Amino acid sequence: MTEEKIKLSTQNLNLWFGNKHVLKNINAAFAENKVTALIGPSGCGKSTLLRSFNRMHDLTPDARIEGKLFLESLDLYDKNISVTQVRKRIGMVFQKANPFPKSIYDNINYGLKINDIPQGDRKGIVENALKESYLWEEVKDELNKPATRLSGGQQQRLCIARTVALRPEIILMDEPCSALDPISTLKIEDLIHSLKDKYTIVIVTHNMQQAQRVSDKTIFMYLGDIIEEADTAELFNNPQKELTQNYISGHFG
Amino acid sequence: MNTRVRERYDAVFKLLFKTTGMLVIAVLGGIFLMLVWNTVAFFIKVSPVDFITGTQWNPSGSQASYGILPLVVSTTLVTIGAMLIAIPLGIGTAAFISEYAGKRLKNFLKPAVEMLAAIPSVAIGFLGIVVVGPGIAALTGQPNGLNALNGAVLLAVMALPTIVTIAEDAINAVPASYREASYGVGANRWQTLVFVTIPAAAPGIIAAIMLGVGRAIGETMTVLMATGNVSAFPKGFFHSVRTITATIAIEMGEVPYQTTHYFALFAIAAVLFLMTLAANLAGEYFVNRFRKYHAA
Ligand SMILES: Nc1ncnc2c1ncn2[C@@H]1O[C@H](COP(=O)(O)OP(=O)(O)O)[C@@H](O)[C@H]1O
Ligand SMILES: [Mg+2]
Repeated sequence: MTEEKIKLSTQNLNLWFGNKHVLKNINAAFAENKVTALIGPSGCGKSTLLRSFNRMHDLTPDARIEGKLFLESLDLYDKNISVTQVRKRIGMVFQKANPFPKSIYDNINYGLKINDIPQGDRKGIVENALKESYLWEEVKDELNKPATRLSGGQQQRLCIARTVALRPEIILMDEPCSALDPISTLKIEDLIHSLKDKYTIVIVTHNMQQAQRVSDKTIFMYLGDIIEEADTAELFNNPQKELTQNYISGHFG
Repeated sequence: MNTRVRERYDAVFKLLFKTTGMLVIAVLGGIFLMLVWNTVAFFIKVSPVDFITGTQWNPSGSQASYGILPLVVSTTLVTIGAMLIAIPLGIGTAAFISEYAGKRLKNFLKPAVEMLAAIPSVAIGFLGIVVVGPGIAALTGQPNGLNALNGAVLLAVMALPTIVTIAEDAINAVPASYREASYGVGANRWQTLVFVTIPAAAPGIIAAIMLGVGRAIGETMTVLMATGNVSAFPKGFFHSVRTITATIAIEMGEVPYQTTHYFALFAIAAVLFLMTLAANLAGEYFVNRFRKYHAA
């Protein structure tokens, strides 16, 4: 096995919402240019773990975090680093497609503007991001149309385009297909395959088939703990723990 | 209760609601007809062109003149002034309450602002005479501060609770997912507020502003007390003005029944109605333009 570089990691990560202990001493590592799937029953803390990387919990007053998170060697919760820079380097695609109530073009342009990308470069970047997200052919003639008029699958691809336009190093995806039809889902899975060369991807999914189709590694979580982690094929074909076995064979979830 | 009785109840209530609904429509229609009727009666005696272009309102002189222009300009001046103050202040306060204030401050500020709405307009007018007016006079070196600016400041105070409350609701109702998307691409709080949250809340904010404008245009007692009521053609914010509402309130009491002057007051009321209507339609137009970008 070749030596893989760890892009994202946690050390003894604990997280509480108020008194509720949601993440329990998580030690996880995510390899560069790999797709890692987070699976586990609903409410086990997958989204919470994902959102702790781009510091989305900063917005929740009663969230409390202990332990460390790293982007390579950078301490993500260091007092002296800029949270907006962290979020630019660690992009996120949300469970429910959430385009801004703006035009298709402005949806992508917004992030470029915010991050001070020169005006002259933006048009090309928007086009490129749409192409990378397999959306360009469908929308190239109506970039000024409200993004909310797109179909659900197109909206989610637009959200991915919005994220890749900023050239993040990591893309976090929280059940990006959970609200989509099977065809749109396959398109997004194709897209994930093509993005893997450039980005490190962490994807939460409740769909076992999807985890097997898109991911290289899989982490199985249960009640705030990591129960098992392995190469995806290994984890699904030869789970070491009974809990994992029960979950992937659909005995609960 | 058996089915027959229940159906009977249903029928009775249906009739009741229908009647009350019709009654409201009839009253509104009646008011509108009365306005039109008396306005027409006025235009039989005075030509609409003289009415609209005349620069003098002097119904009781030996040579009566019925030019509405000074009144319209007065009303517009006071209203625009009030909006210039109330809109930025109102949106700013709403944004602060919903996005920046902590829970405790929020729980104090919201009711405090809402309480402003409960102050009677006479009290606000009084405030204009004894506090704001003299203040303006002192700052500008004029003998008194009973002018358009005074009226504008007071109307702004009166419009603020409406604007703040409704705008705050609108900002609060913006789905968290928009904010998260914005933070997700590296925006800070200010950028998220200005470029995402406020535009997304725009329909509600515009509605808030329109309700504020409606209140300002139609408000009578405060402007009557605070703006001096000089019927000369208004020259600016630091001059006395006489709004349409104040004119009607002042003159209605002393005008003989069904004289030209009497009809004239209905005509200017009709103009006031058109102005409010225009403001509402404009608001509606903007609301629809922003809705285009929202999910159906
Ligand atoms: N903002 C929050 N405040 C309080 N509790 C929360 C919050 N977000 C999530 N939780 C709780 O944390 C637990 C884990 O949630 P989540 O990470 O969303 O689970 P998953 O994504 O695995 O379904 C759940 O019990 C959920 O109710
Ligand atoms: Mg989740």
